[in-house]
Amino acid sequence: MTGHSTYTPKSGFARWLERRLPILGFIHESFVAYPVPKNLNYLWTFGAILSFMLVAQIVTGIVLAMHYTPETTLAFDSIEHIMRDVNWGWALRYAHANGASMFFLAVYIHIFRGMYYGSYKEPREVLWILGVVIFMLMMATGFLGYVLPWGQMSFWAATVITNLFTAIPYVGNSITTWLLGGYSVDNATLNRFFALHYLLPFVIVAIVGLHVWALHVTGQNNPTGVEVKDIEKETVPFTPYATLKDAVGLVVFVGLFAWLTFFVPNYTGHPDNYIEANPLVTPPHIVPEWYFLPFYAILRAIPNKLIGVIALFASILIVAALPWLDTSKVRSGVYRPAFKKFYWVFVFVAVGLGYLGAQPAEGVYLIAARILMAYYFLHFLVVLPLLGKYEQTLPEPRSIAASLGEAATPEEKPHA
Amino acid sequence: MKSVVDSWKSIVMAAALAGAAGAALAEEGGAHSQPKPPRQEWSFAGAFGHYDNAQLRRGYKVYKEVCSSCHSISRLAFRNFAEKGGPEISEAEAKALAESYKIKDGPNDAGDYFERPGRLSDRVPPPFPNEQAARAALNGAYPPDMSVLAKARGYSRGFPLFLADALPGFSYQEHGVDYIVALLTGYVDAPQGVELAPGQYYNLYMPGRRTGMPPPLSDGAVTYDDGTPQTAAQYAKDVSAFLMWAAEPHLEERKSIGLKVVGFLIVLSFLVYFTKRKIWANVHH
Ligand code: HEC
Ligand code: HEM
Repeated sequence: MTGHSTYTPKSGFARWLERRLPILGFIHESFVAYPVPKNLNYLWTFGAILSFMLVAQIVTGIVLAMHYTPETTLAFDSIEHIMRDVNWGWALRYAHANGASMFFLAVYIHIFRGMYYGSYKEPREVLWILGVVIFMLMMATGFLGYVLPWGQMSFWAATVITNLFTAIPYVGNSITTWLLGGYSVDNATLNRFFALHYLLPFVIVAIVGLHVWALHVTGQNNPTGVEVKDIEKETVPFTPYATLKDAVGLVVFVGLFAWLTFFVPNYTGHPDNYIEANPLVTPPHIVPEWYFLPFYAILRAIPNKLIGVIALFASILIVAALPWLDTSKVRSGVYRPAFKKFYWVFVFVAVGLGYLGAQPAEGVYLIAARILMAYYFLHFLVVLPLLGKYEQTLPEPRSIAASLGEAATPEEKPHA
Repeated sequence: MKSVVDSWKSIVMAAALAGAAGAALAEEGGAHSQPKPPRQEWSFAGAFGHYDNAQLRRGYKVYKEVCSSCHSISRLAFRNFAEKGGPEISEAEAKALAESYKIKDGPNDAGDYFERPGRLSDRVPPPFPNEQAARAALNGAYPPDMSVLAKARGYSRGFPLFLADALPGFSYQEHGVDYIVALLTGYVDAPQGVELAPGQYYNLYMPGRRTGMPPPLSDGAVTYDDGTPQTAAQYAKDVSAFLMWAAEPHLEERKSIGLKVVGFLIVLSFLVYFTKRKIWANVHH
């Protein structure tokens, strides 16, 4: 979308640079003049929050890496060294560990926002798929990072997850040995996990770049799901409008982040991770971090390991197929009364799977996990395709302006 | 290759065995699960929490006179004792404390190892040279290092109460120390029909209810010179508080900085919110 104002370099240097590398103009167009639908609610501030969290993880992570030692006999001690002896080390480490939790909290809200308002629909499919790619990279990064402190949960999470690859027919064992750099999780594994944990966030930065680029081509969706028809009337320039609204969301979110970091820093963690890794002692319950629990529940719900792994990956990849699975012509959930109900059932199912992921996989828990998992896939494969065909939707407003009760323009200009 | 395949199997096996063991214990008179440790009052709990210096000093005394014959606490340095937010003994006292310990050092110029009095920068030396020595002395049981023990134990209050533990006003992170108090005071006679191996003791709070740690505390075993009651229950609380400090020596600093950060963010959120309102005032949305 073309913005509200065009960039005119003011200083001599800016004019000089603009003729050679128009980066200032690009920044102006993307973050100052960029038109934002004026009816966005606070759920739209999570993009900015996520960008902040990514930078926060990278900054705290780089400083941690200066004091951390990726070697099996020293890793646990180096974390304690950070916690005790490095100036502000405890703050960095708690901020990084809880930052990962907050990052995932934000990304889940961001994804569920998109699901409610149909943000994945034409023409935003590529934007959506890039989002799913970022989510998967975040999961990989979070998992790799959790292994670094080399506590009991670190070690056993690494063992369980890398073991999943042995389920691949014929080549599974070779692949797993190759991934581990040996026959079991050991020093070679820790070393490469550290290297990859350092690398992947920068890959995420690159994909976030593409994600934002795609966003700036299609423009943002909005609660009505109706595309912008009149840039002048229905949008506001990014700065100062969206910048300030994003700032409000961000400050509140960072407040919550600070609460976790400073007052309950071990709340989301597992006590066992303060026990140094010991390959000879298996913890009674191996549980991943909370943000992986729904997927862990799906993995364990299936008795066959290979099918469990396939279901695990399918449960993430199916999200990328949403633009084609949701057949409704109406974009926003606001005008889809039946969809709304199914949406909230789906939210309940996802949270329920998370709860079950933390319980032992036996008895009623296992049965419940199987039922919820079946519903999870049903939502994507049956409910959404059929709803689009049979649902009685409410009439959509003609335009964003009309939804706000403003007089319609005589001839609504198609957006640029 | 095989070990990779096998470890997944062994995880499942271990889980199954644990389940079977649990079931077997249950048959021994419902003794398979542990009661939830009772909640204690802690000066360091909550947003305004801070350590009680006198309690930490008493706790150290209990550690030194009782626990230290079996448990190491090797990440704690003598200088920590004089630091803010700890027992806060004077630097001279911390120095004297360090010097009361013998530290193995070397090799010297002649290539020999030697013992010297401790310095502030030294860490508290362990009672056993290695794990095997400890096990050999203690019927095969291994007393864990105590540096982060208070954070390495805990229990969940279950859904939905566990959610409250995170909330401002209700926040609670002291499950680990509660557990240690409960464990230290949780020794009872084994119920009828429960067989204990030699060197095993029956404890209500230990997972599996059997522990290789002999009951360490008894009334009057440690002399307090500040008039605090010399009971096993009091020792248990004091030593647990000491272990919390050892595990989280920056707790006070963390909470006091946290109050400033959160306070600042609350003020900032109002400022940003009203600025945003002013900017948006001319937009119909
Ligand atoms: C005679 C040696 C001995 C003394 C003295 C001793 N312990 Fe232990 N302790 C052990 C052993 C051995 C274990 C390991 C028990 C097991 O694994 O069954 C242990 C385990 C523990 C545990 C961990 C229990 C768990 O959940 O795994 C705690 C906590 C503990 N001791 C606290 C203390 C405190 C506090 C003191 C001092 C008041 C103390 N111990 C004194 C030998 C001792
Ligand atoms: C996508 C962003 C990132 C996520 C989601 C993430 C996640 C995590 C997690 C969950 C842990 C374990 C924390 C713990 O239990 O203690 C961790 C540890 C660590 N991470 Fe990251 N991280 C990210 C970015 C980075 C970056 C960019 C670096 C370095 C350049 C880094 C360096 C480290 C180090 C050194 C540790 C070990 C220290 C520790 O455990 O506290 N991380 N990370």
